[in-house]
Amino acid sequence: MTEEIVEILRRDARTTPEEIAAMLGRSAADVARAIRKLERDGVILRYRAVINEEALAAAAGRVRALIEVRTTPQKNVGFDRIAERIYRFPEVKSCSLLSGGYDLLLVVEGRDLQQIGNFVAEKLAPMENVQGTVTHFLLKKYKEDGDILVRRPRDRRLAVTP
Amino acid sequence: MKPNLKITRRVTEMPPSGIRAFFDLVMGMEDVISLGVGEPDFDTPWRIRETGIYSIEQGCTSYTSNKGLLELRVAIADFLRQRHGLRYDPEEEILVTVGVSEALDLAVRALLDRGDRVLVPQPCFVSYAPMVSLAGGEPIIVETDERHGFRLSPSLLRARAARSARGLILNYPCNPTGVSYVKAELEALARLFRGTGLVVLSDEIYDELTYEGEHVAFPSLPGMRERTIYLNGFSKSFAMTGWRIGYAAGPRDVIAAMTKIHQYSIMSAPTTGQFAACEALRRGRSDVLEMKREYARRRGLVHARLNAMGLSCARPEGAFYIFPSIRSTGLDSMTFSRRLLEEEKVAVVPGTAFGRCGEGYIRISYASSAENLREAMDRIGRFTERVRGGT
Ligand SMILES: Cc1ncc(COP(=O)(O)O)c(C=O)c1O
Repeated sequence: MTEEIVEILRRDARTTPEEIAAMLGRSAADVARAIRKLERDGVILRYRAVINEEALAAAAGRVRALIEVRTTPQKNVGFDRIAERIYRFPEVKSCSLLSGGYDLLLVVEGRDLQQIGNFVAEKLAPMENVQGTVTHFLLKKYKEDGDILVRRPRDRRLAVTP
Repeated sequence: MKPNLKITRRVTEMPPSGIRAFFDLVMGMEDVISLGVGEPDFDTPWRIRETGIYSIEQGCTSYTSNKGLLELRVAIADFLRQRHGLRYDPEEEILVTVGVSEALDLAVRALLDRGDRVLVPQPCFVSYAPMVSLAGGEPIIVETDERHGFRLSPSLLRARAARSARGLILNYPCNPTGVSYVKAELEALARLFRGTGLVVLSDEIYDELTYEGEHVAFPSLPGMRERTIYLNGFSKSFAMTGWRIGYAAGPRDVIAAMTKIHQYSIMSAPTTGQFAACEALRRGRSDVLEMKREYARRRGLVHARLNAMGLSCARPEGAFYIFPSIRSTGLDSMTFSRRLLEEEKVAVVPGTAFGRCGEGYIRISYASSAENLREAMDRIGRFTERVRGGT
């Protein structure tokens, strides 16, 4: 049941325990209890809206960049410490460790190119253990985490069919 | 001299579709939430669409063999064997058609002589009785009722089946009731048929959308394969209504006769659709399961809401329809549907569109997003309360 609850909430966080109960043929109390447990266990961190950042950022005049970071891992802590030093900056929206040609991939948001450039030049690049960075400004996003970022077309089906 | 455009009696005597009348009403309105749609709200899964596009790019744009691409017939035979334990020879016992609609039409045209009787259990899909009539047969309506869960049973059929009916049109999971049958029920029917010459046209187009247990194909029952024309297609389970691909599987003589008509009237089913259908059978299963899981959840949602507002209904076992009773409102099906549309802008289909015994019921399709269903249920609840309150 837990897996299904997570899947339903991931799709629509506003689905009520009563509705989930009806969907799964369980009692609302059982579902509410399972959700509380998921929250307590830190599986569900919080409930938030999925925003088309493209549409919003354009309106609000914000830009995003993907930044590749090559680092030197440190004894005993590997990449964790350098990662933390970087991801604690609020302009870093996400931070992942990758295999391949570089180590960390950041999504950084700023008011304009200049501001992101400054962040890289003043904070990121000079950091001890950072060997180099490559900044890619994001021009257009087509799909994000399973959601296609274009307005859904209206229902094309005939209104009443056999 | 003016041309003689006289329409045949065969056609003029055909009753107009109850769906059509209601459709015209809906078309004049804006912002309607329609739960009257008899097709999936999902687009065809991308891998299937992409295969269709690729086939066009490759120039696969000619006719196929009359019976359909051999590749597709083999895929269908594999599907029938793996999912239902059925063995059909793709060369001679399977015919690819323009949807189940054409397969059904071919079957009645191949099998019925003037006046041959065919049992048509109702409420049912709107085409059955008119197709039998067009083929020269005589539809014998068998009414099922809510008291027996709209289920077909030997006791309901015994008297009529004995009276020399040629055929029976069986449909499960059922449009519009959502009823399906477990093996024991089908075996009871099969036992009855064994003592008769009855041919069964089994429309199993919703087979993959079975929520309780596993779908049991009618020809898989002992002794039924040789008397069953099995009809299935891609429209519902793979969300491919517009591609127009279905098929019939059955005894080779009947399939040969159906092919004879098909080669003159149709030539071959749409080529692009046939290529897409191959991909659907080969790699579409996970997409089907995902859509089915979504339908199952909506089913739970709608079933709970309808019963809570006093529109009682059984939990559908398959397809994506639910068939609640509206008797408690004191309105007939048509009035209920028309007023619901006019007052709350929700379109449903009056039960009478599926047969006279559909009076007192409406068909709701839950092939619609959870948000739409939620909003529609709120509106229907408001409407029924108002009607019961006498305003
Ligand atoms: C029970 C039933 N049979 C057949 C059909 C027709 O399907 P196709 O698109 O394969 O012609 C439908 C479509 O609504 C249906 O509900």
